[in-house]
Amino acid sequence: MQMLKCEDLQGIKERATLPLQKGRYRAKINFHMGTCGIAAGAKKLNALVLQKMEENGIQDIQIIHSGCAGLCSREPMVTIESPGLPSVKYCDLNEKKIEEIFDRHILNGELIGSYALAIDDGGEALPSDEAPRLQDIPFFKHQVLWALRNRGLIDTEDIDDSIAREAYFGLAKALTSMTPEVVIEEVKTSGLRGRGGAGFPTGSKWEEGRRYSSFPKYVICNGDEGDPGAFMDRSLLESDPHAVLEGMIICGYAIDAHQGYVYVRAEYPLAIQRLNIAIEKARNYGLLGKNILESGFDFDIGIYPGAGAFVCGESTALMYSLEGKRGMPRIKPPRSTEAGLWGQPTVLNNVETFANIPAIIRNGGKWFASIGTKGSKGTKVFALVGTVKNVGLVEVPMGTTLRTIVDDIGGGIPDKKEFKAVQIGGPSGACLPVSLLDTEVDFDSLDEAGAMMGSGGLVVMNDSTCMVDTARFFTDFSVDESCGKCVPCRVGMKVMLNILNRIVTGKGEKEDIGRLERLGQHIKETSHCGLGKTAPNPVLSTIRYFRNEYEAHIQDKRCPALVCADLIQFRVDAEKCKECGLCKKACPTDAITWEKKTPATIHLEKCIRCRSCIQACKFSAIE
Amino acid sequence: MRWVESVTKEEWEKIDQVIAKYQGRHGALIPVLKETQEICGYLPKNVQRRIAEGLRLSASQIYGVVSFYAFFTTIPRGKHIVRVCLGTACYVKGSKQILDNLQRELGVEVGGITRDRKYSLEAVRCLGCCSLAPAIVVDGDTHALVDPSEAIRIVRSYE
Repeated sequence: MQMLKCEDLQGIKERATLPLQKGRYRAKINFHMGTCGIAAGAKKLNALVLQKMEENGIQDIQIIHSGCAGLCSREPMVTIESPGLPSVKYCDLNEKKIEEIFDRHILNGELIGSYALAIDDGGEALPSDEAPRLQDIPFFKHQVLWALRNRGLIDTEDIDDSIAREAYFGLAKALTSMTPEVVIEEVKTSGLRGRGGAGFPTGSKWEEGRRYSSFPKYVICNGDEGDPGAFMDRSLLESDPHAVLEGMIICGYAIDAHQGYVYVRAEYPLAIQRLNIAIEKARNYGLLGKNILESGFDFDIGIYPGAGAFVCGESTALMYSLEGKRGMPRIKPPRSTEAGLWGQPTVLNNVETFANIPAIIRNGGKWFASIGTKGSKGTKVFALVGTVKNVGLVEVPMGTTLRTIVDDIGGGIPDKKEFKAVQIGGPSGACLPVSLLDTEVDFDSLDEAGAMMGSGGLVVMNDSTCMVDTARFFTDFSVDESCGKCVPCRVGMKVMLNILNRIVTGKGEKEDIGRLERLGQHIKETSHCGLGKTAPNPVLSTIRYFRNEYEAHIQDKRCPALVCADLIQFRVDAEKCKECGLCKKACPTDAITWEKKTPATIHLEKCIRCRSCIQACKFSAIE
Repeated sequence: MRWVESVTKEEWEKIDQVIAKYQGRHGALIPVLKETQEICGYLPKNVQRRIAEGLRLSASQIYGVVSFYAFFTTIPRGKHIVRVCLGTACYVKGSKQILDNLQRELGVEVGGITRDRKYSLEAVRCLGCCSLAPAIVVDGDTHALVDPSEAIRIVRSYE
């Protein structure tokens, strides 16, 4: 155990960047091991490289494990640095490729352009154009990495690697040269608003937390990222846990708290594991615990894994859950800053909010406020998923249009399909149609469009998505996850679900759309917490922008996207059928007969309406 | 068929150790329940009662918390736990199909356990693995980009 002082940080920074330059290693292989990379097979590749090293009697290769590099759809990915060659990112790897890369790149110093995604930094593009520079690739070009500045760059288990990228420099600055009031003023100047969804100004929240003089006070980091389709917090905690810890310590200093908790979803075991390691290492360096950096300030952090309840993402519910109770929201006021955890003043912020703090302290609030829109400053991280070409984690300046995110960064819709909608904000958000793609992402303009920023899930949907079914999906989610405390949400959402179930099975009535709108409005107005107030949004927004689909289901008993099984005829259109037999192969119940050079026939008495044939058919011949 | 509530002697001892470890601590209930479930796989009534006595809470408080959080279960689990993600990204990429297929092939409903007690089938609301949708998790191994017709083969590979 070594208790650091402020000036030690600089020394660690310089030391940590040396080994490769000094020629201690012939190469540095950086395996991107977020949950995504591991699921894609990164661990196997890592073992293979270790085996190759042993076989060849090589030891001077530095291997590090970092988090996700952002472009999850091209995993497994590695970055290789070696003296004399530019740093290269290889993607879409498999065992054969990594062996070849090991033999050719590492042993022979030869860059393999055809496997490379890009040259990482500084280097020139390869003449063959096979490996462009990272910053020239559209996916990366439009991104501004502030909260994610260390993604895929640092060894998540090595604190020195983080310090080399200036982790805890902001903390040192705050502790030595800023009073708590000045820290709060700096955060206020930055215009940072809470990244968890509601967008409450962070500086004001801290100011309030400081004002109440009841002790002890608490700092809580909300990592209960329950929105389906969102994984920003997971990725941040996995790839840069120290940034979040540093943000929390600075917050503790600002509001005069000495204990913090990170509440993380139990579904994120890797994030919990890396946080645990990060906390332990920070403690060993005296960056957590008593007398941090010899400043006299004490602060410690504990981890609290959630137990699987979406509603615990709501701040008051989360605090009850931390107390070991059912996670049910309570009426505000009093705000948590006055009476939060165990009735004490508590400042709760989202993971991404805390991750933004160190840079704000290092570079100043004005720097942060230099990009963004009038009401929303800085950048926002989005999880870009669904039917879009480049799937992954993106960070863009506030005010970027949805079109830039979907078309330029996301690379558009694959498989010759058409864009239909983008779902933003999870179960509290909305589905926005193509006509609103030029909406700028910031708290206020999304609000106007009937959506909300939410935590940052962006799910792109193509034309084979049924919007009524999507609305039903989210409503089902909200019914399932309603805590049951207040009637509008508990009963109202259930009634909405019943109506939607009726519609998707062809039993919808003409008045149903009006009923949904009326009921949705009531639930919005009368629910107790933020989740109930926003739960009808998916239904209301799809009615607003895709009313024709509701009408098709109700009046024509037809699902235009061929999703709702009860409304599909399961008949082969002989004119469209190319007589290929793929549907017969896909059918699990042998309900399709087909012979060469004749259109297929579906026998409805055997058909279980599983839609396998529709998915298999490349010519949309089944209706 | 009625399940035999079978908590072994060693398991009881471990449970008591967990209770002793957390006794008197603020907000200890959820961690205790979690560790206990890791020991015996589920939380039957007699185990809940033991925890209530140990932590000096009422049995109804324990049951209230157990039934509130999706993580806790009061019925035994199969040898292998199959979790199908029904998050948005997986849903739009066809995870419903995976779930339907698995329900049919395994002959169980969601939340159920196969007759041979080999597999439990569960649906989860997002594993945060949206970039590789649709995803299923078997015993902690995440399988990415699962083809609905392949799902059963993946599951059966866990003996």
